[in-house]
Amino acid sequence: MATAAPDQTGPGPAPAAVVPSMRLDTTAAGLATLHLGGTWRVGQSLPEIDDLARNLDAATPTPTALTLDCTGLTDWDSGLVAYLLGVRDLAIQRDLPMDEAGLPDGVRGLLRLANAVPDRSGGKPTAFHGGFLHEVGSEALGLVRSTGEIMEFLGEVALSLRRLIRGQARLRRADLWLAIQEAGAQALPIVSMVSFLVGMILAYVGAQQLAKFGARIFVADLVGLATVIQMGALVTAIVLAGRTGAAYAAHIGTMQVNEEVDALRTLGLSPMDFLVLPRMLALVLMTPLLTVYSDLMGILGGALVGVLVGGLSLTEYLNETQAAIGWNHIIQGLISASFYGAIVAVSGCLRGMQCGRSAAAVGEATTSAVVTAIVFIVIAAAVLTVVFNAMGLS
Amino acid sequence: MSAPAREFQVQVEGLSVAYGDFLVQQDLNFGIRRSDVFIVMGPSGCGKTTVMRSLTGLLPPAAGRVLYGTEDLWTANEAERARLMRRNGVMYQSGALWSSLTLGENVGLPLEQYTDLSPRQIRDIAAYKLALVGLKGFDDFYPSQVSGGMQKRVGVARAMALDPDILYFDEPSAGLDPISARHLDDLILQLRDGLGTTMVVVTHELASLLAIGDDAVFLDAETKTMLATGNPRDLRDHCPDARVRGFLTRGEATPPPDPGAPLQ
Repeated sequence: MATAAPDQTGPGPAPAAVVPSMRLDTTAAGLATLHLGGTWRVGQSLPEIDDLARNLDAATPTPTALTLDCTGLTDWDSGLVAYLLGVRDLAIQRDLPMDEAGLPDGVRGLLRLANAVPDRSGGKPTAFHGGFLHEVGSEALGLVRSTGEIMEFLGEVALSLRRLIRGQARLRRADLWLAIQEAGAQALPIVSMVSFLVGMILAYVGAQQLAKFGARIFVADLVGLATVIQMGALVTAIVLAGRTGAAYAAHIGTMQVNEEVDALRTLGLSPMDFLVLPRMLALVLMTPLLTVYSDLMGILGGALVGVLVGGLSLTEYLNETQAAIGWNHIIQGLISASFYGAIVAVSGCLRGMQCGRSAAAVGEATTSAVVTAIVFIVIAAAVLTVVFNAMGLS
Repeated sequence: MSAPAREFQVQVEGLSVAYGDFLVQQDLNFGIRRSDVFIVMGPSGCGKTTVMRSLTGLLPPAAGRVLYGTEDLWTANEAERARLMRRNGVMYQSGALWSSLTLGENVGLPLEQYTDLSPRQIRDIAAYKLALVGLKGFDDFYPSQVSGGMQKRVGVARAMALDPDILYFDEPSAGLDPISARHLDDLILQLRDGLGTTMVVVTHELASLLAIGDDAVFLDAETKTMLATGNPRDLRDHCPDARVRGFLTRGEATPPPDPGAPLQ
């Protein structure tokens, strides 16, 4: 094999592109020669390494050695080098001695460089891909693990609360006020809008049905009770889950990425006390307050529909509402709201603290925080309804 | 290891660190002497930062002990560990400043939490520490408003806030231009000379570690353990292990088996 290198041995300004070609010859003695020709640049469609593998397997007689011929090669870049690395792997798999003398010098250098450092893939964490059963099993194990993590986190929150009550928790009062302001006052506009509209929707649906029985006035009862017992707290909690819970997860998650949480730990400051506690307190305090406000807006929304569509007078509507709602209903709503607030805060902070150390992980933490919060809010709503019934509150 | 001329302030005995099943480093034995600049060096990805996380109380080791004086950091209860950790200051690779606080508040927060100083006194001390690292008058800036090099220096100021016994630096010169890196080295030496603080520097920056290191440990990525310990300049000239000499001379002492043909 002559070592005739083509004139152009390095990437340069591309000459008129010639289609890259690959041809395998095998002599009767079993010496296979791979002829490479044309322009091998990544911008073009290059021959697949699998074609060569098929050619090698199909060749008769079975090749015993491989040489390379690059006399037809006009221009090349990484496309060629990557292909040749594949050729080398094929040759090693088939125990073919490979003669690289026919390669341009530059390519030989790059190939050597690519093989200079031993493969460290043994150090990479490898994922095991099993079948369907394996997937189901690992999902189930993941669920058990994540339940365990939530329990552990709740335990830490409880310890942190104990430190707070004993006055040993280290947190900044300024952080607590800021959290209260962000979770409370700044949520007013969105809570108003959503609650008002939900009140209107309830009244509208109710008015149409009740009109059939000539019982229009009971729209006020329907809207009032539904809002105070359940919808006010639910609407507030879901708005807060999307607004505040997501913000907590993103904020604490980013602090994890930037090692800010580590920086707190090395100072002996517990992230639970310092980051989670103020947020948790803020939401447990603010959710019931926002719920009272949401109830009011819901009733107003219902009244608007009652007056405009139901033909009721405003006084009539409000009197009926007042007669329908008792303290027991309001208390149910407020107790639920405190639970929901705690759920939103715990989900947000939990996912933030669990966050991995990348930008993608922050996104996942935020999504997961909202999903976790909403799932547990709905579960809590169901459980609380049963409990309130058993207590005779409703 | 030569007989200790001075007491060891931190002693590491049979330390192994791992993430789950993935072993990072094992069988580490070394000591850090008071007022030394101690270098933790090794190639990228060998686990220097992970070892530092075990020394500073962030990552429980898979095996072995980390002794501060006579107290074992990892068998101590949580309150004890928090007390030991508070005697350390740590400067993180990225600065890790609390992004919602100003630079002054970042430096002042440890003081606010652990001293009875008045807000005014805390502000003054924070301003003084910022001035020490060359950032006089930057108290009211937020971390995002200053450059990466400045953030690192604020990280040093914050690490020094409680006048720690030991200051840990994770890759102090990474991402800094040569002059800024040199300034940071000078700062480390001046602080050591002025305050007697022990400095533990995780780095692979040769110029820096040869200039400031009194003592060092070399961690290897392939054997996953330490290859040598001692003064980095002595190691460069006399270390029996060719890999250590090679690292400390940028590979000139022991050319790799196949240096690769020059590219055309």
